[in-house]
Amino acid sequence: MSTAAANPTAGRRRPASSRGLRAALLVVLALFLYALPLLNLPIISTPASDFRAVLFTVASYALVALGLNIVLGYAGLLDLGYVGFYAIGAYTVGVFGSLHGTLPFWLLIVLAVCISTASGLLLGAPTLRVRGDYLAIVTLGFGEIIRLVALNSEWLNGARGIQGVPRPPSVELFEVNPLTWDGFTAYVDLGETSVFMKFGLLDATPYYWLVLTVIILVLFGDVLLQRSRVGRAWEATREDEEAAELNGVPTFRFKLLAFAMGAFIGGLSGALFAARQGSINPEPFVIQLSMLFLAAVVIGGQGNRWGALVGAVVVAYLPERFREAAEFRVLIFGVALLLLANFRPQGLLPPRRAKRAKAASEQIAQLEEGAARG
Amino acid sequence: MAETTLSSTPAPAAGASPLLRMEKVTLRFGGVVALDDVSFEIQQGEILGLIGPNGAGKTTCFNALTGVYQPTSGQVVFDGLPLGRRKRYQINRMGIARTFQNIRLFQNMTARENVLVGADAHHRTGVLSALLRLPRHRREEAEGHRLADELLELMDLAHRADDLARNLSYGEQRRLEIARALATKPKLLCLDEPAAGFNPVEKQRLMDLIRTVRDRGNTVLLIEHDMRLVMGVTDRIVVLEFGKKIAEGRPEQIQNDPAVIAAYLGVEDDDA
Repeated sequence: MSTAAANPTAGRRRPASSRGLRAALLVVLALFLYALPLLNLPIISTPASDFRAVLFTVASYALVALGLNIVLGYAGLLDLGYVGFYAIGAYTVGVFGSLHGTLPFWLLIVLAVCISTASGLLLGAPTLRVRGDYLAIVTLGFGEIIRLVALNSEWLNGARGIQGVPRPPSVELFEVNPLTWDGFTAYVDLGETSVFMKFGLLDATPYYWLVLTVIILVLFGDVLLQRSRVGRAWEATREDEEAAELNGVPTFRFKLLAFAMGAFIGGLSGALFAARQGSINPEPFVIQLSMLFLAAVVIGGQGNRWGALVGAVVVAYLPERFREAAEFRVLIFGVALLLLANFRPQGLLPPRRAKRAKAASEQIAQLEEGAARG
Repeated sequence: MAETTLSSTPAPAAGASPLLRMEKVTLRFGGVVALDDVSFEIQQGEILGLIGPNGAGKTTCFNALTGVYQPTSGQVVFDGLPLGRRKRYQINRMGIARTFQNIRLFQNMTARENVLVGADAHHRTGVLSALLRLPRHRREEAEGHRLADELLELMDLAHRADDLARNLSYGEQRRLEIARALATKPKLLCLDEPAAGFNPVEKQRLMDLIRTVRDRGNTVLLIEHDMRLVMGVTDRIVVLEFGKKIAEGRPEQIQNDPAVIAAYLGVEDDDA
């Protein structure tokens, strides 16, 4: 280890203070996001629809975008049927929690994740061996097939869907009152209360908190994976599959892994979606939803987890905030995508690879220190 | 860098077992015979040159022995084991690494990351190790970075370690490909026209590098157009023409071989 330690590359060290600052900023941001449904801020809040419900939707999209970012952004696999995994997650919770069983909620989540991951492996195993275009077509078909099966299967209750999907068990600890604003003056709204954590029908806040927590956990996992052999293998495979293979990367295995991770996260967010809705039917799982997910990742900047999150906010939040323009939603999206493709083809937040390289060498410096001490 | 320039003594050829044997390898694409019954051996520790006019089948030969193509008939035996239907990454792990005629780096990764990918060939960190930062991850990362630093140093690229591969100069990119290949710890390093586009000074440095690599214990298979480079650095040369082997021997024998002169110099009048 002395070779590396004795060989400090220029710019290896980002000052510890700046790293600390960054971490502190992220913590503040997270706290702010947790507080958002209570703060009900004037400009951010959505006047035309329930702000807390909007927040939940945005968070769901963000989680999905993180998952799709692994598949599309890291491994470079164009998955046009991501909604399929979302639907599988949602239906698993519905089927085994209400329609054909009464499993406890957390077990349902585990089951949903297992089934969607397994379906990802099943779908990926034959299709990831062929080149990119085929994958796009097959996944496109997959997404539609899942919806059509749900629509036509009696066992899945067809178009009627499933009612009484179990909610997460509530742990009622204390009540908080959200703020309400008169112009720019805040009042505590005594008419409304959020019970921490009561998963009920009306108040979406606890669901939002749950999804936000899941997002943070997934983010940690995402960072750890990307800054490891796994992330490098994905990136190399995306850059030049043949060169990667000839340099000892089992590309198929890593592509399948990315696909399965994507299915895992897609299924998870689908399951949480079903739990929040209380009832599901095949209708929302249309191909347009896949496209919207894809748009979130592409707009944000594929390959950048923060970009994917920003993209999800753009795709899910802006239309709710500007309801008055909702009629032109698709048109505006189209124009925005065109502009983006022309002026910023990498997305709003393209991956900053140079910075990452420095972080990697910094991390190894820490490892070396740790090894030297241990 | 060039401390071993003078060690142009031939490799320990006699008595050593062959590292790689091409056994009557034939490769057909439809009606085209790209390789026709080609047999030769590479001895442990030697630098073997593979030359021939354009379209003679040199790169096809590389592709056959790195698993990109399956021979139509015949077989490649490496280190005593036939390659058979092994996957390309498995063949790489057996100990064959290569560079490409047209550079194929991971352009949007840094130089160090490119080499790390090569070093990962023998690593086994998976999702669990990475997510939980298990000892295996830490050990393999540290080891990979150490190897990457060493190889970047060897290839005179240490100062560019954190630059994206796409931002390196042409010559640096070629050297980075060699570093990446070496990171997979190959027994046999196959270089496909590593000096293409180099000026004479760069070529000289490359020759030194190739010798350094050999002296580190690698066997080298070299495709090269530049006759001076090939004659200067190789221990033995195999000549292909139209997919057939037409000559094999020491550089000075090849230089005077009538068949080679006819094929190589008589047909084309560029090069050399």
